[in-house]
Amino acid sequence: MSAYSIIGRPLPMTDSPAKVSGLGRYADDISVPGMLVGKILHSPVPHARIKKIDSSKAEGLPEVKAVATGRDAQRPYGILPIGHDENALATDKVRYIGDNVAAVAATTEEAAERALELIEVEYEPLTAWFDPLEAMKAEEDWIHEGRPHNIEKEYHHEFGNLEEGFSQAAFVQEERFYAAEVNHAAMEPHSTLAIWQPDARLTVYSSTQVPYYLHRTISDVLEMPMSEVRVIKPMVGGGFGGKSEVIPLEIIAPILAKKAKRPVKITYTREEVFYAHRGRPITLVDLKVGLTREGKISAVAARVVQDGGAYCGYGPVTVLYSGALLGAIYDIRNLKFDGYRVLTNKPACGAMRGHGTVNVRFAFESMLDMLAAAAALDPAEVRRRNLLQAPCVTVNGLRVTSYGLPECIEKVVERSGWLEKKGKLPYGRGIGIACSHYVSGAANPIIRSNMPHTTVNMKIDRDAGVTIFTGASEIGQGSDTMQVQIAAEVLGVRPERIKLVAADTDLTPVDLGSYSSRVTFMAGNACLEAAKNMRAQIFEAVAKKFGCIPDELESRDDAVFYRYKPAQRIAFDEAVRCAIDFHGTLVARGTYAPPDESRGGQHKGAGVGPSPSYSYAAQTAEVSVDPETGEVTIHRVVAAHDCGKALNPVTVDGQVIGSVYMGLGQAMQEEMLWHEGRLMNPSLLEYRIPTTLETPQIDSIIVESEDPEGPFGAKEAGEGSLAAAIPAVANAISDAVGVRITSLPLTPEKILEAIREKQKQDREKNAATRSEKRGAR
Amino acid sequence: MHRELIQLDINGERRELAVPPQKVLLDVLREDLGLTGSKRGCDDSSCGACAVLADGVPILACVAIASCYQETRIITVEGLAVAGEPTPIQTAYGEAGGSQCGFCTPGFMIAIHALLQHNPNPSDEEIRETLSSNLCRCTGYMQIYESVRLAMRRMEARSAQPAAVR
Repeated sequence: MSAYSIIGRPLPMTDSPAKVSGLGRYADDISVPGMLVGKILHSPVPHARIKKIDSSKAEGLPEVKAVATGRDAQRPYGILPIGHDENALATDKVRYIGDNVAAVAATTEEAAERALELIEVEYEPLTAWFDPLEAMKAEEDWIHEGRPHNIEKEYHHEFGNLEEGFSQAAFVQEERFYAAEVNHAAMEPHSTLAIWQPDARLTVYSSTQVPYYLHRTISDVLEMPMSEVRVIKPMVGGGFGGKSEVIPLEIIAPILAKKAKRPVKITYTREEVFYAHRGRPITLVDLKVGLTREGKISAVAARVVQDGGAYCGYGPVTVLYSGALLGAIYDIRNLKFDGYRVLTNKPACGAMRGHGTVNVRFAFESMLDMLAAAAALDPAEVRRRNLLQAPCVTVNGLRVTSYGLPECIEKVVERSGWLEKKGKLPYGRGIGIACSHYVSGAANPIIRSNMPHTTVNMKIDRDAGVTIFTGASEIGQGSDTMQVQIAAEVLGVRPERIKLVAADTDLTPVDLGSYSSRVTFMAGNACLEAAKNMRAQIFEAVAKKFGCIPDELESRDDAVFYRYKPAQRIAFDEAVRCAIDFHGTLVARGTYAPPDESRGGQHKGAGVGPSPSYSYAAQTAEVSVDPETGEVTIHRVVAAHDCGKALNPVTVDGQVIGSVYMGLGQAMQEEMLWHEGRLMNPSLLEYRIPTTLETPQIDSIIVESEDPEGPFGAKEAGEGSLAAAIPAVANAISDAVGVRITSLPLTPEKILEAIREKQKQDREKNAATRSEKRGAR
Repeated sequence: MHRELIQLDINGERRELAVPPQKVLLDVLREDLGLTGSKRGCDDSSCGACAVLADGVPILACVAIASCYQETRIITVEGLAVAGEPTPIQTAYGEAGGSQCGFCTPGFMIAIHALLQHNPNPSDEEIRETLSSNLCRCTGYMQIYESVRLAMRRMEARSAQPAAVR
């Protein structure tokens, strides 16, 4: 029997009934009396100075209740304190096709659209920069004045001794990798409802992963005290990072509501979602890795250029992650990283599942296979020979506390039949392996402060129902359910007894949001502490009643009992009443802040990458490649993920499989196609995320390394498995047909071209060998 | 704006309302009837989140002109539960992890319900084929299949039981 009664059980998600019945409310499902429809006028040009905006005709329409332009909110904002470079509505310049120029609120959608057509804007075109390498050479028309040569940020790190490292290498490989731009494509388009209250306060319902940042930003841009702004996160239809920074409509709806003194709702079309973007950037990775004759990685040098789009967003963090998380997976002592975040006249990129790490992991895991081949070593074995000895601190200052990677590798090798298959399948069929990892939340907050990263409050009143007040945001990953399970376990009650009030800034304490896979580790730990504090109050009262000390009590199955004589027990309801007689309504609080030891080194940019704990993943992919067409069929992916401890195995499996799925989409078919700043495929018909037909069998294996600091040993599950899926497939293609594709997505065209090139080379080689033989005769 | 009076049969209730002639069923459901279970996830009828049953057949409400469905029995996700009792797939979905963010779930509920009504014992390949018109960005579909298989097993077990214990 498990030592736990609730932890580790596959409870259905608490909001599942609301979801399957269609009764749950997402932002666009909420309507209030007097509500207006908001619409945004987007820039048709990629880079221009705004000479004039005339909105008088639009204002003349009787259905139009407010028109807003950049004049209405001039304070710039941005998710990072170092990158306050955007305005919800352009003040002087537009910087990408789709940039926000003006907005209207009208009584009907048709009237709002008609009004947009009546707004006259005069643009003075500027040189537009679309290619990051060209943009870096620009001498004029920089996208932001304060960013010479369109370089948002660059970082240069070196740890250990590169020269010495490469001198020890028997095999050195250098390669350029390319990854196309991809979008989160969460099923719910962004939506914001802003309600101007009669007492001049503002209530905002928004599809956000981070109510706290939205709360701060609205307050700042609209120049209202935070205490007069209330942000409520209703159900959110997927985030994946796309709702983790403030999106223009989240500021524009409040501006319009304030102007019209009416509620205003804006919901993006899918096309607007693609242009609002904040997805994974086009990335160039120049990678050089050395391997010793024994198969040890002796040195790594990576130069990463990210095409960040027109605004800073999370950019510096994205590029720093791409360097920092070269560490904390393998034992690398000599490491050099040069990272550039470049501005271009396209929609801003941002955080997307596996933030910053995914494209570099594709490069690195591909290269490990190339080096394994050079060294005539099995790719799984090369990875085994480079494992960390955890616990440890890596050369770039990352503290690893638990490390299930060895077990992940063993599990996928065993389950996939690796030993019987690798290098042994007939031409056209192949198997590949790759590993990845991710943070369990960032150890350093993006806005520096000493406050805890999360606080959870708890209340029990005379009805003996437990209410959790949490700022953590359920976005489909199981945040609510995770906290209910932790509280139920600690208090020893049925989960049904627990109610949860979440993500409402008037009611719930500050939490830094659902991103960087921080919720289970951080909100989970805060909830655990709150529940323990609550239990202490109950035990104190019951101990008095029993004539024992609180340490001698336990609670389970809705009862509190004397540990040494379990028959001596009282029902939880009664225990609560005892405690309330002492204290009044029971309230408790828990907080979480990462320990100082987890916060990383001192170098510039050291703040990004450190985490209190890392998840680990290994995967195999088995594929067929049609050598006549280059078409790839993925038969099966086996994915092992070290989540520390599966608090709920069904939701962990769901996160792992979902991550693999999203990785496969990026690997095989997803690509934002640009033509001079215009997105050529801004719809789900043309930007094709995988349907059931393109999705192979994905098997999830949970590995539990029990992190010493995680709640019940738990750590990240929602992102770490994404990155491995891509190189696992690339490596499988190489095993199948002997070609190495270094550019994402891995399309049939690229594969076919590589196959033909290889056939040509093989023919030439054979011809050369034949003529050599003839010559020798 | 010109409006016309239409009558719709939604979830077994007769509803009469005045709407512009070109208004699509999805907007009528969401804006005029407050039935927001059916979702709009795309601009081009590619995601399936708006699916409803028209005489038992799944259709995309985002491209269905409402006035053309006056002679049709429409069932939305809100109308699937019978007398407040969730259908087997609704229960199984929660247990097997079919929903994560849940935004696509109404469309999947409709598609799966129609599939199981039509064929209580579909093969894995039939399930996969049928659900290919619904997009889900969270699950990778594996736990959706698992939910369908769980619902099938329960439906089979129930139909094998004498009526008294059903």
